[in-house]
Amino acid sequence: MVVRCAEVWQEVSNYLDGELDPAMRAAMEEHFRGCKHCTAVLDGARNVIQLYGDERMLEVPVGFSQRLHRRLEKGMPRRNRSAFGWMLALGFAALLLLSFEVGNSSRGAMPDVRSDMARSGVHIPADLAVVAVADGKVFHIAGCRFIHDKDKLQSMTAGEALREGYAPCVRCLKKYLSENEAGAPRREQTARLEQEDSEY
Amino acid sequence: MPETASLKNTVEPHNEAALIQRIREGEHELFYELIRPYESRVFAAALAILRNEADAEDVAQEAVLKAFKHIRQFRAEARFSTWLIQIAVNEARMRRRKQQAVVMEPMVDQQDEDGHYTPKDFADWREIPSESLERAEVREKLAEALNSLGQKYREVFILRDMQQLSIEDTARALGISVPSVKTRLLRARLMLRDLLAPGLGGNWNKPLSFAKGNKPW
Repeated sequence: MVVRCAEVWQEVSNYLDGELDPAMRAAMEEHFRGCKHCTAVLDGARNVIQLYGDERMLEVPVGFSQRLHRRLEKGMPRRNRSAFGWMLALGFAALLLLSFEVGNSSRGAMPDVRSDMARSGVHIPADLAVVAVADGKVFHIAGCRFIHDKDKLQSMTAGEALREGYAPCVRCLKKYLSENEAGAPRREQTARLEQEDSEY
Repeated sequence: MPETASLKNTVEPHNEAALIQRIREGEHELFYELIRPYESRVFAAALAILRNEADAEDVAQEAVLKAFKHIRQFRAEARFSTWLIQIAVNEARMRRRKQQAVVMEPMVDQQDEDGHYTPKDFADWREIPSESLERAEVREKLAEALNSLGQKYREVFILRDMQQLSIEDTARALGISVPSVKTRLLRARLMLRDLLAPGLGGNWNKPLSFAKGNKPW
């Protein structure tokens, strides 16, 4: 059985997946021995599979898992609590309320975060020039290729964007985001920004 | 450091069935354990369709939540991972339809799927070593090449070659036939091979500096 180059190109993927019958497979192997171009096609396709199949190519954004679990937690029905569980929950609620009140007494009220994906941006310089889509959720460095609705962009500083509840883009501002800070409270983040503001 | 998928860290099928049963009986917190090995796959499936990380993350969250709410509808004859990815694919497609008015597909999507593809002949073809993936720049170039493919090629390639789903599971997750998966996969692999070949710009959406002496690998 003899196969031509065009047939080899049609079957090279099946060859790599082991989806060919033995006769076709043997014919292709014979062809590869004498055809430099088809061998380069085979090696190239194999190289592509090897590279993209590498675990390093399946990255998820920093903090993805934590945010997913938080969202899931919100969507899950609450289980019945025991009397002790209720007391514990009430205790936590009281503590939270107290810390909230104390926080409010020392700082101004904060807007809600626009995105569930919002994360701490404590290392983002407050005066960094950024852009954000007026009714969007994320702010970017100008020119970031992950910007949608480029005609609705507003320029502002990172400090302003964070105060307005925008989340930093996980791509163009990646270097400023740290995994440890993924779940840090925004109030703490803002406090640090205010401190940075006063330094400039 | 970005998080990386661990495909090896999957739950054994019998353990998975037991986990699902316990979740159905009310041990909801076990759902975290069930989905943990597949989180990145759900994200990658959504990203394959939406090509935007923020949207993909949002859709991945919705898909996982939907899987939790409909866990009783899961039938044991399918793999849980395939079912979950199928939900993510459907959610992403719905989201994409809403965005369709503003999303422009690359030219390659308009190519005839059944038309023969002639791989380019490179005089100086050289393998890109796996070690080069340590460099973010190389990973970005590969992602860029992948994003330049039409959606139907990109989604098949991601599910089959990146998430290592079988051809049959890829077909099931995408709702297409096995021969279609094979045809699209062949085309995707050859186009990527041509796009990544050193010394050639290929069919990128925007030109890359792949001129000699300026390759990222």
